Amino acid sequence: MIRLEHLSKVFQTGTVNENAAIRDVNLTVKEGDFITIIGSNGSGKTTLFNLITGTYPPTEGNIYIRGKDVSREPEFKRARYIGRIFQDPLLGTASNMSLEDNMMITYRKGFKGLKVSLNGKMRDFFREKLVPLQMGLEDRMKDNVGLLSGGQRQALTLLMMVLSQPALILLDEHTAALDPKNAQIVLDLTTRFVEEYKLTTMMITHNMSQAIRYGTRLLMMDLGEIILDVEGKEKQNLTVEKLVDKFHEIREKTFVSDEALLSQG
Amino acid sequence: MIEGIFVEGLLYSLMALGVFITFRILDFPDLTVDGSFPLGAAIAATLISHGTSPWISLIAAFAGGVAAGCVTATIHNKLKVPNLLAGILTMTMLWSINIRVLGNRANLPLIRKTTALTQVKDLFGETFPNAWAYLIFFLIAALLVKFLLDLFFRTDLGLTLGAMGNNSQMVITQGVNIEYMKLIGVGLSNGLVGLAGAFAAQYQGFADVSLGQGIIIAGLASVMIGEFVLRSNRISVLTLRVILGSILFRGLMYLGRYYGYYINLTPNDLKLITGLLIILSLIVTQVRKKKKWTALAAGEKSEDNA
Repeated sequence: MIRLEHLSKVFQTGTVNENAAIRDVNLTVKEGDFITIIGSNGSGKTTLFNLITGTYPPTEGNIYIRGKDVSREPEFKRARYIGRIFQDPLLGTASNMSLEDNMMITYRKGFKGLKVSLNGKMRDFFREKLVPLQMGLEDRMKDNVGLLSGGQRQALTLLMMVLSQPALILLDEHTAALDPKNAQIVLDLTTRFVEEYKLTTMMITHNMSQAIRYGTRLLMMDLGEIILDVEGKEKQNLTVEKLVDKFHEIREKTFVSDEALLSQG
Repeated sequence: MIEGIFVEGLLYSLMALGVFITFRILDFPDLTVDGSFPLGAAIAATLISHGTSPWISLIAAFAGGVAAGCVTATIHNKLKVPNLLAGILTMTMLWSINIRVLGNRANLPLIRKTTALTQVKDLFGETFPNAWAYLIFFLIAALLVKFLLDLFFRTDLGLTLGAMGNNSQMVITQGVNIEYMKLIGVGLSNGLVGLAGAFAAQYQGFADVSLGQGIIIAGLASVMIGEFVLRSNRISVLTLRVILGSILFRGLMYLGRYYGYYINLTPNDLKLITGLLIILSLIVTQVRKKKKWTALAAGEKSEDNA
């Protein structure tokens, strides 16, 4: 469904600060995959997302979504089939507009016309969708979103994104800015929505046990490369210790081979 | 006298609504206004003096304003120029264009020409005094524009414009090209400003190239004064308070003009007063915010104690 071919991104090319954030990444995401991505700071997780959504173009390589090469498409065009949630709960909603207005704006992707779509029927539909969040938001549809808590806003953003029916959803540590209780609520909602709507999902997380517990496939990134890609049985049997060991094992190997390379030269 | 305040307030409220759209809804501080206001006036005056129907001249002035706004938005979008600079560029270029539109002169009187207002006078002049006829006319015009705007900002497109001013990332994530959104928003805003300019030329009986000088500040002051009057998140209230703010602003200016001499004010000081009025509004808003913060903090404390 999504195919990344020899994707790389170099920032500040030709300067002393030249920084290869993504190095020759190849990845195929299948329909229905729920991928968790872990990696330390600066390993290129968010850059990978930014390349997929088109926040900036890749230095090299191509991105295919449903067979179509979108590598040079502007962000707003790709956004029609990608739903993205950021770490900052403020980025997903317009705080000085009401809940129902926010939901109306995100309900359909693409250019909006001169039609008044927000009518009684639409309101009933939104209310019905808000009830399962169990946050009492269905009674606050005329309130400004700015009055909600971070957890409520993130849950709302999640719901709004799901209702717009994207082909792929990208979650960029979307629970990291929330307190543990709200983070758990939003995470539970995420898994429920992913199952209910059969969403193809990529989720960045800092938490290894989370990465193991959730999803069907796990990627580990380091220095701009995907160094580990496990799914199915292998993933189910993972533990945090095994993951750490694997990381050292892989990195040790490349280190050794680097040394070998240097000594040869 | 008092009718004069209301007539001017309603007339300039069309301009203030334009300023409200850019500054408050789009978060795109647009200074094109200083050029598009006299542009509207110049287009209307030139057309009327050539014998065109004043009503058609109003439409042409609106279209001229839209074009000016689109130039600003395009400069900003395509050349990645900050919005303030884009507005100043268009405004400066419009000065020359306005003189061209006026036929290579700075001023065009409309004496003994058929304007929209002379037609209103002919229609109602016998039943009401002139000033009241104008008042009713501008009241209808301002409310009509207000209702159309209210309707527009309830459409899907209007809602998206509102969200863009607040959170442009959200609008991009929705698959919307924000360059188009800016084009539409700034164009609409300047269209209203051009329309106000056309009315102003017909009301004053002349178009002048310096008609727009500092008008953006007057519009901004009107918007800010309105914000003290009513608080709400409903678009119909937001537009209503711009109109009220515009009337209040004209009232304050009237006081300055007629009673200012007691404290040695001259009409030349009005621009200074307008600026001070804006600064005062900003200070009051800051103080209110601080109060809200301390109240919030106190509230949290008492909750913790409980």
